[in-house]
Amino acid sequence: MKLGRVLGKVWATVKDPQLDGVKLYLMQPVDENDEPLGRPIVAADTVSSNFGDLVFWVSGAEATFALAEKRIPSDASIVGLVDRLDVAI
Amino acid sequence: MELARVEGTVVSTVKADRLIGYKLLLVNLLGPDTTATDNYLVAVDNVGAGAGEVVIVVRGSSARQSKGLADVPTDTSIVAIVDSIELKGKVVFRKSDPEKKAAAKK
Repeated sequence: MKLGRVLGKVWATVKDPQLDGVKLYLMQPVDENDEPLGRPIVAADTVSSNFGDLVFWVSGAEATFALAEKRIPSDASIVGLVDRLDVAI
Repeated sequence: MELARVEGTVVSTVKADRLIGYKLLLVNLLGPDTTATDNYLVAVDNVGAGAGEVVIVVRGSSARQSKGLADVPTDTSIVAIVDSIELKGKVVFRKSDPEKKAAAKK
């Protein structure tokens, strides 16, 4: 899983029915020092994150398992909010 | 998932049997404020997107998770048509409504 910073939100009415009710956020992947890594992406949100939150997200095929009740067509899903990050070294 | 703009259609007669019946579109990946990155991909359209529309594409094996695409050889699928985008509290993109535009002209 990787770290990310929530930047904003994307709305879409016409979408795959399996994405109904799934919130879509713009997220900037970041490193352990909160520096941006690459381009911002769209991620499915399963934890009700908010603008500015530091989150961790799962990429690739595993992102389809983010919701308990159904598999979603997602390659990036936010699966947790970071309360605190302790970088030891 | 990534933002992209539909920039054209890809017409193909000779293709994998499992791709028959699916619409293939040429999409240009976008930054969060919908500026083009000039990275082009061919995507299976699963939502009826049209030229010029901003869409969301799913890449990798997750692309086959979209409805009805489980057995389709695709690694890029269009799964949503974007209405609006909010970036850092500001609306940076809003889809233009053709009906509203026509009404405004009258």
